[in-house]
Amino acid sequence: MTSHNRRNVLKTGAAFAGASVIGFPAIVHAQANKIKIGHLTPLTGFLGALGAYAQLGIRMAQEEINSAGGVMGRPLDIMSEDSVNPATAATKAQRMLDQDGAAFLMGEINSASAVTIMQVAARNKRFFLQIGARSDALRGKQCNRYTFHVDIPSHVMVYAVGKALVRDNMMKGKKFYTLTADYIFGHDLGSAAKQFFSENGGTVIGDELVATDVTEFSPYLLKIRQANPDVVCSNLAGNQVTNLIKQYAEFGLPYPIVGFNLNTADAWAAGEGNLSGTWPTVWYHTLDVPSSKTFVANFIKKYGKPPENHAWIEYVSLKMMAQAITETKSTDTEKLIAYFESEAKFDILKARQGYFRKWDHQLMQEAYPFTVKAKGKAKDQWDQLELGAAVPAANESLEVLSVQKEQNTCVL
Amino acid sequence: MQFTFLLEQVVNGLVLGGYYLLIALGLSLIFSVGGVVNLAHGAFYALGAYISITIGKYLGFGPAAVLSPISVAMLGILFERFLLRRFYAADPILSLLVTFGLAMIAEQLIRIVWGSAPLSVNMPASFKGSVILGDFLFSRYRLFLLAVVIAVLASIWLLLHKASFGHVVRAGIQKPDMVAALGIRLQPYMTAIVMLGVGMAALGGALFAPITIVHPAMGAEVITVAFVVVVIGGLGSFWGVVISALLVGVVRGITIHFIPAAGEASMYVLMFLVLLFRPRGLLGERIEKFET
Repeated sequence: MTSHNRRNVLKTGAAFAGASVIGFPAIVHAQANKIKIGHLTPLTGFLGALGAYAQLGIRMAQEEINSAGGVMGRPLDIMSEDSVNPATAATKAQRMLDQDGAAFLMGEINSASAVTIMQVAARNKRFFLQIGARSDALRGKQCNRYTFHVDIPSHVMVYAVGKALVRDNMMKGKKFYTLTADYIFGHDLGSAAKQFFSENGGTVIGDELVATDVTEFSPYLLKIRQANPDVVCSNLAGNQVTNLIKQYAEFGLPYPIVGFNLNTADAWAAGEGNLSGTWPTVWYHTLDVPSSKTFVANFIKKYGKPPENHAWIEYVSLKMMAQAITETKSTDTEKLIAYFESEAKFDILKARQGYFRKWDHQLMQEAYPFTVKAKGKAKDQWDQLELGAAVPAANESLEVLSVQKEQNTCVL
Repeated sequence: MQFTFLLEQVVNGLVLGGYYLLIALGLSLIFSVGGVVNLAHGAFYALGAYISITIGKYLGFGPAAVLSPISVAMLGILFERFLLRRFYAADPILSLLVTFGLAMIAEQLIRIVWGSAPLSVNMPASFKGSVILGDFLFSRYRLFLLAVVIAVLASIWLLLHKASFGHVVRAGIQKPDMVAALGIRLQPYMTAIVMLGVGMAALGGALFAPITIVHPAMGAEVITVAFVVVVIGGLGSFWGVVISALLVGVVRGITIHFIPAAGEASMYVLMFLVLLFRPRGLLGERIEKFET
């Protein structure tokens, strides 16, 4: 009995050893080859146009990095998929970590989907670089230590435009009518806006919640006219802003319109002569910084059109990840977190370098207000916007716009 | 003052309803005459918008708004001849599936040909701005849209009720076997109806392109509204669709006036209530199964 058992054990043991000797090099070889990255971005829905640009940006960065030899000698393999909606985003993120062998996750523009992906990252204790979602709640109440945020949050966008409005005498004593997108990002932006108004002497005389699938705004425009405000303010996102602007121009209402959120793809889609007022942006292709101009030229050569701010932000995000992996010499979650938390500096193609703040994982960077160029001054269909001076100013700390630690509800 | 505001929303809702009507009428006609559920109707709407943008670059807004529906109507002939014809005698669910698949293919084709970024087109500058009639604000462009819709509606009504074409079509809706027994082939009439239906959808797309975003998924957005309008109005009824479209527009406007966040849900609640009390729709034909 004993010898029989021992013989079986030896046989199976040898078989196992043999199999692993044959198999192991193959497994090791496959791992040593590619660094797999799980990437999610909305390609359908009201943010779909932005997701398309996001993919272009990250692919360009991937090709540049891989043609220069990859990271640590290994090529990057980005598995990019449509996040569709918050539930699907979470399912796909989980699958990418479980089955597709993703080392970490990147992407997203929709704040609601970003929340669910962040939860997946925290549950699985894996790194997630949240690139394009701007809701304050993600860096506040919903924050977790596995997620780092690249794009500027809602209150910075409000500040970037708000300061310009104060300067232009469009804030103190003025009556505002706001249209707010009815989801987490819109609510956040709306409350940040209300706070800025109350601190700077503006009054809100009307605030409408607009479902994210509204494409036709005429009833809201009628209500605006009935309320007779001084300034109309948009807290919408994605192509809803475009629709509002087009229909606002169609009706020709006499009140100036401003907004606290806009992406350049949405601005271009509004068409010449329709957009007016002051809006915020995180980056624009006319930015007068040499590295930014090089990026824009390469993008145009590759894709035939200028990059939108989501293309830029995904491009610099992949470059930042590449730097982090190179510096830590690994894709290990804890090492990456420690590197980003060390407030290491990154070149983000702006005048000033960016860094992630240790206690809320938010990238500190400049933002810009922009206005619309006078009709006829635009050189081509993409040249409609006039970029203002960066905020914060060059002599101010990058953190002066952002919420301070005492006010933030984020506990990592 | 409050009442005037409400009235303004009602009138604006009527104008919007006219736009819904353009798209829903084609859908209703195709179902009434052919018995097929055309889920690809939104795709023709989207094609109408995209083709009008492409034509508009060379010929301007006016010719584009005329030529685009005509070219989509030509596509409609091919659609009817090679796809729809096989499903007249079949279970409606089959036509639903095939047109659903076609709608998805069309959306991806649009993405391939025109790209997934939204396109923008501007209306002629003379149309911009608003008109104030009494206390009411109207967008000049939408008044123009309303005029077009009324003209189209009048023509369709005349066609269906005063022309011999219409006599055959209406007979075909009610008693297709008798029409066949009288020696009249219904097939060419069906082709004409499909042409008209998708042409109207394309006209809607071309006319609405300057005030909305033109993107590949726009067909999917509009097909839901069109369906709700057709179901509320009742299948097989011309005036049912008209009344239903206007009602949906008005109800939406009133809901946004009082409870803005519920605006988009209002038409579904309306459909629910109408079907609860009148399963055939407002003016539809009696469905034996649902009514005793």
